[in-house]
Amino acid sequence: MNRLNRDQLAARVAKDIPEGAYVNLGIGAPTMVANHLPKGREIFLHSENGLLGMGPAPAKGEEDPDLINAGKQPVTLLTGGCYFHHGDSFAMMRGGHLDICVLGAFQVSARGDLANWHTGAPDAIPAVGGAMDLAIGAKRVFVMMDHVTKSGEPKIVAHCTYPLTAVQCVDRIYTDLAVIDVTTHGLTVVEMAEGLSFEELLRMTGAPLARALS
Amino acid sequence: MIDKVVESMSAAVADIRDGATVMIGGFGTAGMPSELIDALIAQGAKNLTIVNNNAGNGDTGLAALLKARRVKKIICSFPRQADSWVFDGLYKEGQIELELVPQGNLACRIEASGAGLGAIFTPTGYGTLLAQGKETRAIDGKNYVLEMPIRADFALISADRGDRWGNLVYRMTARNFGPIMARAAACTIAQVREVVPLGALDPEIVVTPGIFVQRIVRAGAARRAAA
Repeated sequence: MNRLNRDQLAARVAKDIPEGAYVNLGIGAPTMVANHLPKGREIFLHSENGLLGMGPAPAKGEEDPDLINAGKQPVTLLTGGCYFHHGDSFAMMRGGHLDICVLGAFQVSARGDLANWHTGAPDAIPAVGGAMDLAIGAKRVFVMMDHVTKSGEPKIVAHCTYPLTAVQCVDRIYTDLAVIDVTTHGLTVVEMAEGLSFEELLRMTGAPLARALS
Repeated sequence: MIDKVVESMSAAVADIRDGATVMIGGFGTAGMPSELIDALIAQGAKNLTIVNNNAGNGDTGLAALLKARRVKKIICSFPRQADSWVFDGLYKEGQIELELVPQGNLACRIEASGAGLGAIFTPTGYGTLLAQGKETRAIDGKNYVLEMPIRADFALISADRGDRWGNLVYRMTARNFGPIMARAAACTIAQVREVVPLGALDPEIVVTPGIFVQRIVRAGAARRAAA
């Protein structure tokens, strides 16, 4: 079977981001989606520390410590981009002004609950950042993640066992094995990796799946 | 003549007392008022409650204040980072209290206090650990959590330029928490790269009106190097 690698997965997510969309890409793997946005589409990337119209990383030596993204890496601003303070930035997020956010996840439940900020380990130092605001605020929440954990446990589960980021917030899940929509009737598989059977996918998923009619 | 310009960093922070709540601007090191923090460390105030997005990076700025054991509690959204070893150590030893707040709730609790609001209902955090024990309400079919304003005795912020009336403009993403913290503290102290004459800032682009700023102090050349 042809599992998608990280770049292929990022490219698959990028394909679903339309011209004119206001988009926040979460820290980590979702950041890679920016590298695969189709050339010629004007898409507005938002970074919660206070910019819209975020551009790629600067050339070596061109970094400016005052111009960073949410992951605190140096970035650039596209012509027409702008800066704003945290009140405005989180109004964009919480207020439903972003069209799409793409987040990583530890777990997603059958009804679209998201767990992505805390493993719940008692000795872990918790950190949440803007994850909860993105999850409840964006019009559409995309999750991109491996289908199973490194030890083979499903990350799509009936109920999240890790602490929640938000309740019933995820719209679509992109994994190395499938694209799955979260609907009011449960999880619906819209795409599968080449050479993967539906039965195999079910075995690697901790919640019921339906097949999209197509 | 009204002149909010203070001659030195040490004079700017001289009256911050033990036990004060101090907001510190910045997202990571962008917009962190490093020279004001250094002056606060030298001044010696302790048992402080600090409000910042993070909990210090490396060994300078906010991390240095923590390392000097002046902070009893920190209210922030993202303490754990690759270079947050000072905070990590204090937290694991039980030497510092942490109030973890989702970043947008941190922002709107700060905004609420500056705007004179009693509290806010926010959808962020509903149904999570960070809303446990808090009042909730369904409004028009959507669930919200009641969150209280965060008030501060002082705000230490960094801006690009300011004038003697306290009007400020910022630079790039270093703006972050500066404008909202300036409104939420009884006394806001801004370190600026440049103090400009009245009228030099286009009134159409002033980001923080001077009413929210009590003191201005010029940062030295060290500011950019330290950032």
